[in-house]
Amino acid sequence: MAEKVLMKGNEAIAISAIRNGVDGYFGYPITPQSEVMETLMKEKPWETTGMVVLQAESEVSSINMVYGGASCGKKVMTSSSSPGVSLMCEGISYMAGAELPCVIVDVMRGGPGLGTIQPSQGDYNQIVKGGGHGDDHNIVIAPASAQDMYDFVDWGFELAFKYRNPVVILADGVIGQMMEKVEMHPMKPRMTDEEIREKAPWATTGKPSWRNYNIITSLSLDSDIQEEFNRKLHAKYALIEENEVKYSEYMTEDAEYLFTAFGCSSRICEAAVDILRSEGIRAGLLRPITLFPFPHKEIKRLAARMKSMMSIELNFGQMAEDVRLAVEGQCPVGFYGRQGGNIFTPEEVVAEFKKFNNIQ
Amino acid sequence: MNIEDIKKPENIVYRKPALLTDNIMHYCPGCSHGTVHKLIAEVIDEMGIQDKTIGISPVGCSVFAYNYIDIDWQEAAHGRAPALATATKRLCPDKYVFTYQGDGDLASIGTAEIIHACSRGENIVVIFINNGIYGMTGGQMAPTTLLGMKTSTTPYGRDAKLNGFPIKITEMLAELDGTAYITRQSVHTAPAARKAKNAIRKAFEYSSKGIGLSFVEIVATCNSGWKLSPVEANRWMEEHMFEKYPPGDIKDILK
Amino acid sequence: MAFKGIIEVDTQRCKGCSVCVANCPTGSIRLSSKVNGKGYNYAEMVGDGCIGCSNCAIVCPDSVITVYRAKVQ
Repeated sequence: MAEKVLMKGNEAIAISAIRNGVDGYFGYPITPQSEVMETLMKEKPWETTGMVVLQAESEVSSINMVYGGASCGKKVMTSSSSPGVSLMCEGISYMAGAELPCVIVDVMRGGPGLGTIQPSQGDYNQIVKGGGHGDDHNIVIAPASAQDMYDFVDWGFELAFKYRNPVVILADGVIGQMMEKVEMHPMKPRMTDEEIREKAPWATTGKPSWRNYNIITSLSLDSDIQEEFNRKLHAKYALIEENEVKYSEYMTEDAEYLFTAFGCSSRICEAAVDILRSEGIRAGLLRPITLFPFPHKEIKRLAARMKSMMSIELNFGQMAEDVRLAVEGQCPVGFYGRQGGNIFTPEEVVAEFKKFNNIQ
Repeated sequence: MNIEDIKKPENIVYRKPALLTDNIMHYCPGCSHGTVHKLIAEVIDEMGIQDKTIGISPVGCSVFAYNYIDIDWQEAAHGRAPALATATKRLCPDKYVFTYQGDGDLASIGTAEIIHACSRGENIVVIFINNGIYGMTGGQMAPTTLLGMKTSTTPYGRDAKLNGFPIKITEMLAELDGTAYITRQSVHTAPAARKAKNAIRKAFEYSSKGIGLSFVEIVATCNSGWKLSPVEANRWMEEHMFEKYPPGDIKDILK
Repeated sequence: MAFKGIIEVDTQRCKGCSVCVANCPTGSIRLSSKVNGKGYNYAEMVGDGCIGCSNCAIVCPDSVITVYRAKVQ
């Protein structure tokens, strides 16, 4: 029986990093995710697993430390919140361009600008559509519980190394701050130098006589070479869309109405579905767990038999645009959201649902 | 004694170092970068640390440094090389890690990264090429551009009121407790280049002692940007740059 | 003890910057009147005054000079 421990989502990220053989964490304090680095510093993993933990001078620096560590084939990560992630976008783009694996945790807060320190999902477009300049994609996974925070660290690195691509765990202040029981899985050791050479033959591990020297770069001055690289990246993204889509469904078997929501919003929508079901309204929920790749096909399939759908988000309808693209006009798609750090209640969602569907 | 008697393999006293690749350097004729690359390649070769060295190249003319020295390289975003080096050295403490940065990269956009890498005492080597100008983008003002110096963004000469003062970043970094060895060198003459090589070697050796960051500034020329011939540029550097940026050791905690 | 030297220039890689010329203590290098494939007047040894000191090669940014040196009998 695996051990269960009560902890915050942010703490789960830190504990999971240590227990899953992460080599390095580089971060900068920002609310509402500072517990990640605080927990790591308290746990002193450098004395146990040898994991490096370093407080950088800025988010710009921490993401570039991640770039350096990832270049060495190490499992390295950072965490931040919205304004800090904006600063990291340069580094994220460079890592996409250099095809470096890493995990970035974004515990979103209200924006724009300094905004609020309360939860938000306002950075969906920033992270899912890009994350820095250039024609690239992050792999984006959206946790909805402290357990997800724990599990997604290891899953994130698996995806990051499989595709040599940055992975963003797109959380929000609710998931980061909320305390829940988290089941601990057995410890995984850090990769040995031998394993790194095998798993990441491209890494800068020091040039031995038997191979050519490795270069980690995102630079190309030749348009044709750059275009060829962009094509290669997009072939990789197509493969990711083919293989890695993950979502969960709640009460969709006989549903006539479908909510779409990710992260903390999906949990509130589950409660809204329960209320509607108790009133005899056959509502269901689809929660995208991967935001890129987005579950287009599954939403399209479900939309064919829905009277309507509604995207529920802590923003002004950013994911709703992707939902509408997936639905392809098969049914009306509504939206309800709160912003600025405010959160809807299940009752509020139910009321908005009824308003949209003209149900008294 | 005729030429054929001398031209024998056993009589070779100097040749292109083995660790320089055969790629033709993209630098302008007479550019200091090539000379500094060569000295670094010689030091790595002589120390026998090719398989233990990781170089980090910047944004600027030397962005392509990775094409010229036969070691593993990371190419950093503009100014961020010390952050990459920090993680690389901490995660791979048995490696020799150096950054190669120009004045725009290190003393302008990357000031936070270099200051904090120095402040933390990262056990890395920083090679800082100071030619007082942005070479790659076409000769704009750099943080180290001298007062009165003409560049494409100071076409009437750098004016302190309009453009601020040149920054002596090397002296600033020497003030930080995390730095072990700070020196300023040049490579325009053979004696200067020999001294610079010794300084680079010392910096690499210090970086494995766990005593802090080693920093080698090379006052350099950009003859294209300065609009002088390579030889005239070297003379101009001696006459003008050295006044503001005098060569010599600034700090050595083991002395 | 006297030394005699010669230099060998990789003329196709030489960019004719003439930093070597300025650094030669014996005036034994000049730029050729001929040009290489890139159009540069490349460096060449002139006369028999070379002492094999390597100054030219050390300051050569493109590392195109190989220096030989032998004791004069």
